Amino acid sequence: MSETLTKMIFGRLSLESLPLHEPIVVATFAGVALGGIALIGALTYFRLWGYLWKEWFTTVDHKRIGIMYMVLGLVMLLRGFADAIMMRIQQSMAFGANEGYLNAHHYDQIFTAHGVIMIFFVAMPFVTGLMNFVVPLQIGARDVSFPFLNNFSFWMTASGAALVMASLFIGEFARTGWLAMAPLSGLDYSPDVGVDYYIWALQIAGVGTLLSGVNLVATIVKMRAPGMGLMKMPIFTWTALATNILIVAAFPVLTAVLAMLSLDRYVGTQFFTNTGGGNPMMYVNMIWIWGHPEVYILILPAFGIFSEVTSTFSGKRLFGYTSMVYAVLVITILSYLVWLHHFFTMGSGASVNSFFGITTMIISIPTGAKIFNWLFTMYKGRIRYELPMMWTVAFMLTFVIGGMTGVMLAVPPADFVLHNSLFLIAHFHNVIIGGVLFGMFAGINYWWPKAFGFKLDKKWGLVSFWCWVVGFWVAFTPLYILGLMGVTRRLRHFEDPSLQIWFVIAAIGAAIIAVGIAAFLLQIFVSIRNREALRDDSGDPWQGRTLEWATSSPPAAYNFPFTPVIHDLDAWYDMKSRGAKRPVTGYLPIHMPKNTGTGIILAGFSLVIGFAMIWYIWWLAAAAFLGLLITAIVHTFNYDRDFYISAEEVTETENARTQVLARLGA
Amino acid sequence: MSATTVTTGETPVFYQLEEEHHEPGGSTMLGFWMYLMSDCLIFAMLFAAWGVYGTSFAGGPTSHELFELPLVAVNTAMLLFSSITYGFAMIAMQEQRQGAVQGWLALTALFGAAFLGIELYEFSNLIHEGAGPWRSAFLSSFFTLVGTHGLHVTFGLIWLFTLMVQVARKGLIPANVRRLQCLSLFWHFLDVIWIGVFTFVYLFGAMR
Repeated sequence: MSETLTKMIFGRLSLESLPLHEPIVVATFAGVALGGIALIGALTYFRLWGYLWKEWFTTVDHKRIGIMYMVLGLVMLLRGFADAIMMRIQQSMAFGANEGYLNAHHYDQIFTAHGVIMIFFVAMPFVTGLMNFVVPLQIGARDVSFPFLNNFSFWMTASGAALVMASLFIGEFARTGWLAMAPLSGLDYSPDVGVDYYIWALQIAGVGTLLSGVNLVATIVKMRAPGMGLMKMPIFTWTALATNILIVAAFPVLTAVLAMLSLDRYVGTQFFTNTGGGNPMMYVNMIWIWGHPEVYILILPAFGIFSEVTSTFSGKRLFGYTSMVYAVLVITILSYLVWLHHFFTMGSGASVNSFFGITTMIISIPTGAKIFNWLFTMYKGRIRYELPMMWTVAFMLTFVIGGMTGVMLAVPPADFVLHNSLFLIAHFHNVIIGGVLFGMFAGINYWWPKAFGFKLDKKWGLVSFWCWVVGFWVAFTPLYILGLMGVTRRLRHFEDPSLQIWFVIAAIGAAIIAVGIAAFLLQIFVSIRNREALRDDSGDPWQGRTLEWATSSPPAAYNFPFTPVIHDLDAWYDMKSRGAKRPVTGYLPIHMPKNTGTGIILAGFSLVIGFAMIWYIWWLAAAAFLGLLITAIVHTFNYDRDFYISAEEVTETENARTQVLARLGA
Repeated sequence: MSATTVTTGETPVFYQLEEEHHEPGGSTMLGFWMYLMSDCLIFAMLFAAWGVYGTSFAGGPTSHELFELPLVAVNTAMLLFSSITYGFAMIAMQEQRQGAVQGWLALTALFGAAFLGIELYEFSNLIHEGAGPWRSAFLSSFFTLVGTHGLHVTFGLIWLFTLMVQVARKGLIPANVRRLQCLSLFWHFLDVIWIGVFTFVYLFGAMR
C-alpha cells in the first residue's frame, strides 16, 4: 500500500504507536487484556449482556445511573492510584546515580494522567453519582427533569474515561501536567498525540458534566415535593444545587479554552503561541477561571454529605441550617473571585495580587462557619460512631489543617516561595483527599444500604478507614516538609541524598493507603457475601431524617408510590415523630420515562470522533460525526418516550413492602 | 394547594393521594435557558479573547484594513430579518395556523442561509488575501468568535429543517410547540450575540 493511502486511512496511527518498547506498559496491557477477556467471557457465559443492556446501559432511572457513575469512579480510582504509587516509588529511589525505574517520557505521562484521572474521572463521577442517586429521593421526586439526558451524560463521561485509558496502550498521554499549560501543550513542544488525547477526553466528558449540571439544577428547582420551600430543602440538596450551578457556569469556560488550544494545534491559530501575537498567559488565566470553581464543585457536595451525616448520627437537627445555606452560597459566589491565586507569580502587580489574596482568605470564613456548625451539631448530641460519622470526624480534623495551609498559600509573598512546591501538592491533596474523598467514603457508607438494601461490613470498613487516614498523613506530611525546604513538584530525579528519607516515608504512606483501598474493595466483597446478615428491611437503617429514608431499600423504580407532602426541614423525621401513616391502598398508575439506547450510541459515536481526531483519521471523524447527527435527529422523531407502571404492579410492590414493615413492627 | 397547609386540630397531610397532573416537559424551558446561558459563557470567553487579542496584528493586516462594513451591514440585516420572521412564526403558532408557521420558518431559514453565505464569502475573501486565522492572534480570535457564531447558526438551520418536518408530520402538538419555543430562544439568542459581534468586533475594529 502506498504511503499516502495508508496515511489517508490510518492518519498518523501506525504500529509504532503501540508502546511495545515500554515493558511496564506491555505488562499492564497483558494484565488488562487478560482481565478484560475474563470479564467478557464471564458476562457471556452467564448470559448477562442482555440484562446489562436492558436494565443498566439503557436505563433512565436516576438511581441506576448514579450507581454506574460510582462504579466508573471506583474503576478509575484504581487506575489513578496505580499512577500515584508508581510516582511515589520512583521518587523514593531516584537519587544520585540511581535513575529509578521510570524514564522521563513515561514519568511525565504518569503525573499528568494521575491528576486528570483523579479529578475528572474519579472525583467528578463520585460526586455526580451521589447527587444523581440521592437528590431526587431527597426532594420526593420520581426521577430527574431530563432522564434521557442523564443517561447520555453518564455515557459521555464514560467515553472520556475510555479515551484516557486507550492512551495508555495506543500512543501516549499528555506530558504537560493536568492542566496542559501553554505553550508546552502547543504543537511546537508537544507534537505527539498526548495533548490531543487530553483535549478530546475532557471535551467529551465535559459535555456530559455540563448536561448533568443543567439536569440537576432543573430537577431541584422544578421537581421538589409539595411544601418543600427552598429553606426546607435538605442541606445535601442545597450543596448539590450550588455545585450544579457552578458546573453550568464554569464548564463552558473549560470548553472554550480547550477549543482554542485545539485550534492552535489543528488549525494553526495563534491564541497561546509565543509568535504571531499569541499569549500563553491567557491560557493560564482562562483555565483557572474554570479550575478554581471546579474545586468547589467537588467539595460542596462533600460538605453536604458531612452535614447530613453529622445531623443523623448526632440525632439532632443540623445546627445553624440557615447559616449553612448562606455559607454555601457565599462560597459559590466567591469561588469565581479567586482564580488568580493560582499564579501570583505571573507578575500581575501588587494590587491585583492583594485583591485575589484577600478574596481567597475571605473564603475561609464561611468554610470555618461550617466547621463550627458541625461541631455545634455534635455538641450534646447522642453521637453514634458508625462509619459515615468516623469519616466525618476524620474530615474535620484533616480538612482544617488543609484549609490553614491554604490560607498560608493565599498570602502572595509566601506564595512566591511556595508556588509549585511540594507544599502546594501536600495542601491540595490535604483538602481533596481529606475533604472530597473522605466525603465520598462517608457518603458511600451512608447511602449504600439505601441503594442495595444491606449495610456495608463495619470491620473491613474500619480497616479501610484507619489505613486511609493514617496513610494520608504519613504520605503527605513529608511533602509539606519537603515543600518548605523548597523542593518543587513533578521531579523525576534528585541529587541531594538528605532528602531521600522523606520520600521513603511518603512511599510508605502510599503503601498504607493501598491497603486502605484493598480493604475498601474487600469491605464491598464481604458485605455482598454476608448481605443476608447485614440486611436492612426497614429502609431507614440509621434513623435518618430526610426523605430518602422514607422509601424501601432499594427504592422501587418510581421512588414514592404517593408523593410526600413536606411540612418541615428534616421531613422524614417530622413524619416519623408526628406519626405519619403510610397509605396502604388506593395506588394509582405511575407515569415514568422509557429506557433508551440512544445515549450510549451517541456517546459511542463521540468516542470514535475523539479517537479519529486524535489520530488525524479525518474520514472516520467525519463519518462518526454524521452518525452522531443522524442518531440525534432520529431520536427527536420518537415522541413515544414514556409509559405507565400499572396500578396493579404498584399495588403488588407496595403490598410486599407493607408485609415486610408489618413483620418488622411485630 | 390546601393539602400542604396545617391547620390546628387537624392531622397534617403527609402524602398526596391524588396523582397531580404534571405537564410533560415542564422543566424544558428552564433547562434550555440554562443551556443557553452556558453557551453564552463560551461566547463570553471568546469575546474576552477578542478583547485581549483584538489589536495583536503581529505586523499583519489590521482590522481597519480588513473589515468591510457595508457587507457586514447587509449580513446583520439578514440575521435581524430572520429573527423577525421567526417571531411571526411564533405568532402564527399561537394561533395554530400550521401553514403560516411553516411559511415563516422557511423564510427564516432563507435569511439564515443568506447570512451564512455572506459570512462564508467574507471568510474566503480574507483567507484569499492572506488574512487567515493563523496569520495573527487578532485574526485567530476574529475567526473563532465569528465562526463559532456561524456554526451555531448552521446547527440552528439543521434544527429548523428537522422541526419543519416534524410539524408537517405531527402538527402543532404540545411537544412540537415546546420545541419551536426552544428554537425561538436559541435563534434570538444568536441574534443578541451577533449584536455584540457587530458592535465590538466590526464597528470598534473598523475604527482601530
